[in-house]
Amino acid sequence: MTGYEEIILDHWRHPRNKGRLPDATGSAVEANPLCGDIVRMEVKVADGVVAAARFTGEGCAISLASASLLTELITGKPVAEVEKLTDEDLLSALGGVVKTRLSCALLPLGALRRALAAEDSSRRTLPPSEV
Amino acid sequence: MDARIRNDFPILDRTVHGKPLVYLDSAATSMKPRAVIEAEADFYRESYANVRRGVYALAAEANERYEEARAKVASFIGAQPGEVVFTRGTTEALNLAAWGLGETVVEPGDEILVTEMEHHANLLPWQETARRRGARLAAAVVTPSGELDLDDLRAKLSRRTKVVALVHVSNVLGTVNPVAEIAAEAHRVGAIVVLDAAQSVPHMPVDVRELGADLVAFSGHKMLGPTGIGALWGRADLLAELPPLLTGGEMVREVWLNWATWDEPPARFEGGTPPIAQAIGLGAAVDYLTRIGMEAVRRHGEELTALALGELLARPHVTVYGPHDPGVRGALVAFSLAGIHPHDVATLLDQEGIAIRGGHHCAQPLHRRFGIPATCRASFYVYNTPEEVKRFLSALDRVWEALR
Ligand SMILES: Cc1ncc(COP(=O)(O)O)c(C=O)c1O
Repeated sequence: MTGYEEIILDHWRHPRNKGRLPDATGSAVEANPLCGDIVRMEVKVADGVVAAARFTGEGCAISLASASLLTELITGKPVAEVEKLTDEDLLSALGGVVKTRLSCALLPLGALRRALAAEDSSRRTLPPSEV
Repeated sequence: MDARIRNDFPILDRTVHGKPLVYLDSAATSMKPRAVIEAEADFYRESYANVRRGVYALAAEANERYEEARAKVASFIGAQPGEVVFTRGTTEALNLAAWGLGETVVEPGDEILVTEMEHHANLLPWQETARRRGARLAAAVVTPSGELDLDDLRAKLSRRTKVVALVHVSNVLGTVNPVAEIAAEAHRVGAIVVLDAAQSVPHMPVDVRELGADLVAFSGHKMLGPTGIGALWGRADLLAELPPLLTGGEMVREVWLNWATWDEPPARFEGGTPPIAQAIGLGAAVDYLTRIGMEAVRRHGEELTALALGELLARPHVTVYGPHDPGVRGALVAFSLAGIHPHDVATLLDQEGIAIRGGHHCAQPLHRRFGIPATCRASFYVYNTPEEVKRFLSALDRVWEALR
């Protein structure tokens, strides 16, 4: 079966940085209108650097793998650099995603951008507690 | 079913990702036979004009073709032409019903009874009506096996219940609800029965008088017809009482600057230029289905459903939603693979040319009832074959092997 790229299967089967980040400085939830899937991204920013990033959520292989990979991509990076991360950067890091599923792949990036914005204005968004 | 039927559907010749298309999403929308495509095109080529207002020959001809289509749709469901209102589809038909009944029979403190298995199209209009009128919305629950809990429905029926709105065949569970029985009970307390027949009229013989509902909604695009056309059937005396949802041209008698009188049904409910070519296309779809025979359509759907259902139920990693007896089911099966998201199943099947749906199928409360965000759904129609169902099943096994 021509399936998903190995990197997607790997991150889906062995998610990195999954769970809550109790001392997060920014946290945001993004929902996919296509299926109702929800992902929460949490970051801890210290001295302008993403010191830690974690995610939680229920969803498809693509959105969960994307969230997992994203936490790896940004950990240890300066916020200024993370803010420049484009949709295309994430999609190519995932090895390419079929066009019918772009919204799944980009869901975590939307959450991340809002989490960083929340951090910026020191105003944390309040996600629904069931996520 | 005669396998040559497939030749009538040009789109079925195409490939997807280099594989022959296996289209198993007819519950969302059906493919179109040449007869429908050509009927619509012929109307534009030969008889096109606006309906209802022209006095020239071409306009009269267009009007005749439009009204012929209405008569075909009416006889298809055992009704009179004057009782068939053309709408954009099921959604508009149900909104028309909910608006009209809200204006006429639902009073503050009254109740509207729906069910947990409704498509959003037969839920949100009633939420809005309830909110607007200060009425209460109640919902009959669904049993674990995916049937309506009739005891619960009975318990929730009372003199306060003004409307019972329910689906004939669930687009997720496939359940065929006992409409005649429910309608009789609803009428006993004086409630009006509104039926969402989007998944029944395309797939089985439907006689609106036998069903006993007061208003029945369905969509053309799910029954081989064009998009943008559907119908609301209503008891003539009830339609006569309802106000229009859309006001404007072609639905009025007399218009003054500060008042107007409505035309009679069905024109009253067809404000503005209607989807004329689409109505004519729907007439051609009804002719096509009638030629096959709705008994044969139903049998074919049952056969394919039985095949898919039996095979899916035999796989321990598959969960099937809804009744297990294909005899009491529509031509569709919703299922999930353990630990795998429905969208992943749908994407991998797509790469083999197989189109199924993954998602909540516009029935979020129902999915919540079963504690799941989404399901996969394979649905069948006249052009599908047992070989296609088998291809789907073996591809599904490969998905399971790849992702388990
Ligand atoms: C049971 C049911 N009701 C209502 C609808 C809505 O139909 P439409 O989108 O054609 O208005 C659908 C189709 O999606 C359906 O399956």
